[in-house]
Amino acid sequence: MTKLYKNTDDLRLKVGLAEMLKGGVIMDVTDARQAEIAQRAGASAVMALERVPAQIRSEGGVARMAAPQKIREIMSAVSIPVMAKCRIGHFAEAQILQELGVDYIDESEVLTPADEEHHVDKHGFVVPFVCGAQNLGEALRRINEGAAMIRTKGEAGTGDVVHAVKHMRNITREIRLLTQLQDSELFSCAKDLQAPYELVRMVAKTGKLPVPNFSAGGIATPADAALVRQLGAESVFVGSGIFMKDSVTFCSEAEAESRAKAIVRATVYFEDPKILLETAAELLGTMKGMAISQLAPNDLLQHRGES
Amino acid sequence: MISSLSIGVLALQGSYDAHLQSLKKLSIVARLIHRPEHLATIDALIIPGGESTAMLELLKKTGSFWEELQQFVHKKPCLGTCAGAILLASNVENPAQDCLGSLDITVKRNAYGRQLQSSIHSGKCKYDDGSIELVFIRAPKIVRIGPAVEVLAEHDGSPIWVKQGQTMATTFHPELTLNKIVYKKWIENIKHEISNF
Repeated sequence: MTKLYKNTDDLRLKVGLAEMLKGGVIMDVTDARQAEIAQRAGASAVMALERVPAQIRSEGGVARMAAPQKIREIMSAVSIPVMAKCRIGHFAEAQILQELGVDYIDESEVLTPADEEHHVDKHGFVVPFVCGAQNLGEALRRINEGAAMIRTKGEAGTGDVVHAVKHMRNITREIRLLTQLQDSELFSCAKDLQAPYELVRMVAKTGKLPVPNFSAGGIATPADAALVRQLGAESVFVGSGIFMKDSVTFCSEAEAESRAKAIVRATVYFEDPKILLETAAELLGTMKGMAISQLAPNDLLQHRGES
Repeated sequence: MISSLSIGVLALQGSYDAHLQSLKKLSIVARLIHRPEHLATIDALIIPGGESTAMLELLKKTGSFWEELQQFVHKKPCLGTCAGAILLASNVENPAQDCLGSLDITVKRNAYGRQLQSSIHSGKCKYDDGSIELVFIRAPKIVRIGPAVEVLAEHDGSPIWVKQGQTMATTFHPELTLNKIVYKKWIENIKHEISNF
C-alpha cells in the first residue's frame, strides 16, 4: 500500500537524492547488460525501460510502464540508483513501481498518457518523482503536485537537442525575469504562469527552482550535454543517444561504451573546451537521429500533459 | 588560522553544491575542485555524497587525479560524507571497489537498502548538547573500524561519524541539514591538529 507521507522530511529525502545526482548522467537502459555498461562508464543512475524512446517513436503502439521483471533484472545488475517511467496520471503504475522499490519515478510524456487532465498526486508517494517541463509555469505546476526534480521536455528519441535547449532557455529566462519583478507584480505573474503564487514568490526570491533542474530530450553527443549544462542544466538524462545506431537498431557495445564515457566526461567538464574536444574525438559514432522540424505537430511528445 | 584555511569540495558529481551552500552559511567560501592541479591550491577537502562508482571512474580517467588525490588525503584534512566516506575507507563491500585508504574502516555500500529506506532521524553525538539531525540517503554502513579510529556518533549500534587524525567521515549527509556541527567540529579539529603539529 502507498504510505501517505506529507511532511517536509519526506520532501527533503526526495530532493536529497536529486542533489546526489547533480553533475552526473542518467542513462536509459533496456537490460542488465546495458545497465552494467552505463555504470562502468560512470552514470550516476539508470532509467529502466522496455524500449528506448527512439524505438517507441518508430514502433508506435501504446507505450506503458516496463515489465517488473525487466526492471528487477536491472536493479540487481547495478549498485547505482534505478529509475523507471510511469504514464502521465497513471498512479496505479506508480504504486507498482514504488512497491517494486525503484529509486525514482519519471512521470513521463514518452509513455502514452493515461489521464488527459490530471498528473499523479506525487505527495502521496514515498518514492520521489521527476517530471518534464517546457517552461517555468509547467515546472511549478509539477512541483506543486510533489515532483522533487524537474527535467526539460526536449523531444525524446530524436537525437535532436533543439527543444531541450528551448525549454532550458525558457525556464532560466522566466526565472531571471521573475527576480526583476516587484512583490505586487507577482500575483498577476502567477496567473500568467498558471502556477501557485507561493511557488512563484519563492522562485522570485531565490532566483532558482526549489528542486534541481536537469535536462532531457534529444541529448545525443558530449557536445549536446555540454551545451545544456552551460545553459543551466544541473545534470543530464541521455536516452536513445547512447545505445542506438538509428531509431530501430542498437549500436555495438564498444560504440555505446565510448559514447557513455564521453558524455559523462563532457557533463562534468562542460566548461573546459580542451576536454570537450577530447570527448568529441574519442566517439566511435553518433546516433543518426531525426530533425524535430521535420516531424508533424501530432508526433511531438512534449505537449502531452503540459497543463 | 580558520580564516586563512582554504577549503575545497570535490565537484565531479554529487552533493557538492549542497556542501558549498552549507559552508556559505558558516561564512566560508569554498572552491570546487574538478581537476588534479586544483588540489595544490587547497588546505582541506570535502568529498561529497553522490555515486562513488561515478566519482571513481572520473578520478581514474582524468590524468593523475586518482594518484594525486591519494597523496592528498593521506597528508591533508578531509571530510567524506556518504559516498565520500566510501572513497576514504580502506575497504569497501557490496560490491568491493577501489578506495583511497586514509580511514581505517570497512564500509558496506547501500547497506540499509534503496531510496524507500532513506530516512531522517534525530541522533546523539559526543559534542555540545549531543543532538544531531541525521539525513540518510541510500546510506552505507561502517561495518569495521580500526584501532586508531574514534567514533563521534552512532546510530542503531553502528558508527555513523568517525575520525582518524585529520580525517572525518559520516554515513549521513551534514550538507542536507541546518545543523552545522559536523563542519564546525571538522574545522576545529583541523585547527587543533595544526596547532599541535
